[in-house]
Amino acid sequence: MEQRHTTLRSFRRKLSDPLFNAVTVLVLGGALVAIIYPLYFILIASVSEPDQVYEGNVWLAPAGFTLDGYERIVSDPAVWRGLMNSLLYTGLAVTISVCLVLTAGYALSRRDMPGRSMFMLLFLATMFYDGGMIPRYLVVRDLGMLDSIWAMVLPNAVAVWNLIIARVYFESNIPGSLREAAHMDGASDLRFFFRIVLPMSKPLIAVMIMIHMVWNWNAFFDALIFLTDDSKYPLQLVLRNILVQNEVSTTGNLVGDLASYAEQQKVAELIKYGMIVFASLPMLLLFPFLQKYFTKGMLIGAVKN
Amino acid sequence: MAGRPHLLRRRPAGPPAGRAGGIAPPGARVVVERRGVGLAARMWRARHLYLLLAPTVVYFAVFKYWPMYGVQIAFRDYQADAGFLHSPWVGLAHFQRFFNSHQFWDLLSNTIWLALFNLLVVFPVPIVLALIVNQLRLGRFRRFAQTVLYAPNFISTVVIVGMLYVFLAPRSGLVNNLIVFMGGDPIFFMAESEWFRPVYVGSSLWQEAGFSMVIYLAALAAIDPSLHEAAKMDGATRWQRIRHVDLPGISSTISVLFILSIGNLLNIGFEKALLMQTPLNKDTSQIIQTYVYEVGLLQAQFSFSAAVGLFNSLINMTLLLVFNHVARRARQASLF
Repeated sequence: MEQRHTTLRSFRRKLSDPLFNAVTVLVLGGALVAIIYPLYFILIASVSEPDQVYEGNVWLAPAGFTLDGYERIVSDPAVWRGLMNSLLYTGLAVTISVCLVLTAGYALSRRDMPGRSMFMLLFLATMFYDGGMIPRYLVVRDLGMLDSIWAMVLPNAVAVWNLIIARVYFESNIPGSLREAAHMDGASDLRFFFRIVLPMSKPLIAVMIMIHMVWNWNAFFDALIFLTDDSKYPLQLVLRNILVQNEVSTTGNLVGDLASYAEQQKVAELIKYGMIVFASLPMLLLFPFLQKYFTKGMLIGAVKN
Repeated sequence: MAGRPHLLRRRPAGPPAGRAGGIAPPGARVVVERRGVGLAARMWRARHLYLLLAPTVVYFAVFKYWPMYGVQIAFRDYQADAGFLHSPWVGLAHFQRFFNSHQFWDLLSNTIWLALFNLLVVFPVPIVLALIVNQLRLGRFRRFAQTVLYAPNFISTVVIVGMLYVFLAPRSGLVNNLIVFMGGDPIFFMAESEWFRPVYVGSSLWQEAGFSMVIYLAALAAIDPSLHEAAKMDGATRWQRIRHVDLPGISSTISVLFILSIGNLLNIGFEKALLMQTPLNKDTSQIIQTYVYEVGLLQAQFSFSAAVGLFNSLINMTLLLVFNHVARRARQASLF
């Protein structure tokens, strides 16, 4: 109680500048409402009667209550296939990316590796210039990867930024003396990496897993250009067809059973609200963890900027 | 390379001298032992490191450098069976065709306007947010604010654009319901060219501002608290402390991030532009990158669109170099 009282008082004192107070409330309050309300609206609209949403009667609470939208979504095979594909692509991509980033990041952190700065420069150069969409597409095509899982997990496996984060982490967390000692005991660099460096790098590994998970889960563009077979579409592409291309009625008869066109349109809107919730749910459930790791990752990376 | 004691180069930048690795005796022995060791021997000694690095080198060679090499199709007439190297050479023909096409100026100005508008609106907001959040001393509310501000970054672009479509729908969308409620006429935002840029920039702000704030918050946290104490002693108000302590403290972070965003000016968010594009808003939504996608991948004019893409990359690189140079001149803060 006493504690609370003092915080409150110091809070008042610190916000004593009235103009500052007003601006803070206005800007921050405005930003928070602008972020929270649309998300909240999507949530209540997804369980409201489509008619009520359509007529603009839904503002602060659901009007009517129906799970029809969700029932239609979970009974659509295209959605499940997309979800399964996304899980597969994300799982494999995260594994590959994290392995590459950790191994290369460690090698680059070693100042006694000849050619270190040359490799770093070659990697960094790709941040500023790349061949562009078309040559990239042609390379993937020439490799015979079109319409295969490899097109979803390889072309974007390594981002230079993550290599830098990993390198900085190893440089500042693996003391040189440890390596000297391990070498005295006859441990090779490989053995040292797997036995000592990796177990010491759990925070970094967690950060990298999280970063790659979010990227791959949310990515859609590679799928758009490299996949033509819609049974291989990841969830984001299924979503795009429903939300953006408005192909609700064509995907697995989501609204095919409804008699009138107007009815179909209204239910299609309901399905869109539901899809947005459905698609964002995995990331938002993980959000508390993700946020922590992302912040950590950005901070590790920003140290050396 | 030669002549310098090896230990100097090997010491990590992070931990201070004397903590790790000892100071004189073991180090000195290493120096003596390694001086004069040939390159080949040192490379052999590092063979396991090369092994660890190899997969990533292969990755960069295949997926970054091979496409760079393949960019030469911009100067050739690409034929699938002849590949990058044997398609007939046509010089600058594709570039000429692009520069002379009636779309060239529209594409260029659309791209530049969208990018500039986006940069000018989206860049400053995270700084303002960070300055404000940094002033919050109530731990729980601060955490809540940060959490909410980050959240949109974890929502995918597809979903963001999907939200735009449902919120801005002409008959049933939330925004138009509000407009009608206030007595206005509904606007079909996604189908009107003049609305494309505001909607694009507004949604970028919604999605990215909170997250870009993290770096500034980190920079603010690194400011020496004694500066704030001293300013307080001198009777500085909050405004004055923000202006004279906080802002100078993060100015180098600001300029580095600004240079980086300039260098990416023409690449920003093209995936979103593609998703937001409808046949009706193409007058403003068609930017160089979406054009490359359309002409290159949908119409399979590989060489022509590779030339267009190359033009885009060259502008980016030039901007980056110019601004980096300017920034280095101006305040000794630069990327390289």
